[in-house]
Amino acid sequence: MRELAYREALNEALAEEMERDENVFLIGEEVAEYNGAYKVSKGLLERFGARRVIDTPIAEAGFAGISIGAAFTGLRPVVEMMTFNFAILALDMVANHAAKARYMSAGQLSCPIVIRGAGGAGGSLGAQHSQSLEAQYVHIPGLKVMMPSTPHDAKGMLKTAIRDPDPVIFIESEVLYGMKGEVPEEEYLIPMGKGDIKRAGKDVTLISWSRTVHTCLEASAKLAEEGIEAEVLDLRTIRPIDKDLIRESVKKTNRAVVVEEGWPWASVGASVAEFVARDLFDWLDAPVGRVHQRDIPMPYAFNLEPLSLPSVEKIVEAARAACYRK
Amino acid sequence: MAKGSAKKEPKVVGENKASTTPFTPARHEIPYDHLLEAKTDARLGKRLRKELGDDKIVAMFGDMVRLRRFEEQAGRAYQRRKIRGFCHLYIGQEAVAVGTMSALGEADSIVTHYREHGHALARGLSSNGVMAELFGKVDGYARGKGGSMHIFDASRNFYGGWGIVGGQIALGAGVAFANKYRGEKSVCVCFLGEGAIHQGIVHESLNMAAKWRLPLITIIENNRYAMGTSIERISAVTDLTKKAVGYDMFAESVDGQDVFSVHAAVKAAADRANNEGRPSFLEMRTYRYRGHSMTDPSDYRSKEEVEQEQDLRDPIVRLRNWIVANKLKSQDELNAIDDAMDRETKDAVEFADKSEFIDPSELTTDVYVEWPFDIE
Repeated sequence: MRELAYREALNEALAEEMERDENVFLIGEEVAEYNGAYKVSKGLLERFGARRVIDTPIAEAGFAGISIGAAFTGLRPVVEMMTFNFAILALDMVANHAAKARYMSAGQLSCPIVIRGAGGAGGSLGAQHSQSLEAQYVHIPGLKVMMPSTPHDAKGMLKTAIRDPDPVIFIESEVLYGMKGEVPEEEYLIPMGKGDIKRAGKDVTLISWSRTVHTCLEASAKLAEEGIEAEVLDLRTIRPIDKDLIRESVKKTNRAVVVEEGWPWASVGASVAEFVARDLFDWLDAPVGRVHQRDIPMPYAFNLEPLSLPSVEKIVEAARAACYRK
Repeated sequence: MAKGSAKKEPKVVGENKASTTPFTPARHEIPYDHLLEAKTDARLGKRLRKELGDDKIVAMFGDMVRLRRFEEQAGRAYQRRKIRGFCHLYIGQEAVAVGTMSALGEADSIVTHYREHGHALARGLSSNGVMAELFGKVDGYARGKGGSMHIFDASRNFYGGWGIVGGQIALGAGVAFANKYRGEKSVCVCFLGEGAIHQGIVHESLNMAAKWRLPLITIIENNRYAMGTSIERISAVTDLTKKAVGYDMFAESVDGQDVFSVHAAVKAAADRANNEGRPSFLEMRTYRYRGHSMTDPSDYRSKEEVEQEQDLRDPIVRLRNWIVANKLKSQDELNAIDDAMDRETKDAVEFADKSEFIDPSELTTDVYVEWPFDIE
């Protein structure tokens, strides 16, 4: 099968959906003439023109809000946030407006919008540009949240997100844009709310999403050397989460470790761990383990940043603990 | 009055007379210059009579009275705890809503703030449906899920009813963006209070609306108080049209207590948007008689100030006087219209009272269009 980079897969998804539906347009900082800060929108201006690929001023709340208003009338905006560190400038528009319109109007309005962009640490970018902020959105009823980990998933999930009738927060990963992977030529969609088993195993379930899925896969290779076969679940959608997939896996392994790039308190991982502990209490042979970023703003120093982020070593350690191995 | 070139200060209607009017607010050190002679421009009245016809003008009078009687009833119902939470009455500002809506067509859209009962009624939403929403009942426009601040009627392009000060301007610009994207000749009117002008989102949105030539009409309802804070106390400029100059947007101050001036300004703005692709910024100088919300005793202004506004500039009295002076209707005939509106809004209270609350099974509906998952 052919291979595409994560950014190319996203680009294909955008192009195909814009081709399919005249109501889909792309808007954001540097998306048109600059071809995207991360080149996700490369070539789209040339192909679809300035009416549908729209450069904005640096005004995240403003262009997010304008897109939300446009979505109320049936357009399907794809809003690119250069990174989610800046997307939170538009959190009022998302939390107070997009997420509430349908309920407050008793179903009269809908908001078929996708707000997408890079999340997570990129490497030596310092505290303001290295955040995993998905918990801000997962907390809010009215939103759906997707975070793909591979080029294959990125394409199928973005197409689903664009066709979804509700507001979807779609968080990509700064460090995955260049990653290559198999992407079928033919069209496919990945359903909302469906996770994926990225590695099958029987001894412990590692639950993650986005970039740290790959850290889990690396860790599971090390664990295999020690005779621990880890199952790696990629949740892909984190609002709602695929409860059945988690149930099925944990009932088999009886042990779970939740791995996330974000901070520990009031986080997505905290909620997933709580769900496992409550829903699967009788099936667990060990406390639910957690691996997360340290509870600090991200340091710049090259030696400190890796100490803050989740790592293969930390995951191996947590998996061993869940298996009562030293 | 065009602001494009920003060569001159924006001309305020009746500006020259303002300094001699007796309304200088008692507690303000800086005299506020918006106070206008409470007289309708004879030439404008004559022109609009020709354009609109007598029936439409009398209907506008009826609409303004409906808004006022409705809000009086809402205030009473609030005191009886039939309406709860926040409730912001529109009394005093009726000419802005009615003058604006009378200048719009069915294809045009409205996005507004939380003091929106008047906008909804002026757009043609029923007294029964709006009152039922205030009562939190199933016959309300949002089945009681929205409340006083969140009234929607998508069938009339009435896109709410928003409660975060200033946020709705981006939504309004977005609806205007969609009109342009589709190549439709229709405008979106977005209402803001003057207190909203200091929010960053307003400036982000105005910039894009101007740069992208969106058919957006921004209407600032300057009722002079952002909750309890007067415009002079918080704004670097009290002439709000200056705010639009930075975006090279057409801006104009309008006597918001004169329904004809409002109508004419909005009509011109709609033409400007549809024919020239230019957004407009209209500052309506109006006044709110009641507190910010039902729980506000208005300690920040003098009783005399409010009384003067009511006695000398009341928008309904002004239109009434004009109609009688120009012999469209007699006082008695207008009294009969007032009585009818009084009955209609009292009936709306009865209707809302008798309406049922929504079935609890609908607690978790309308969160998503598609959600084949459980809701915790």
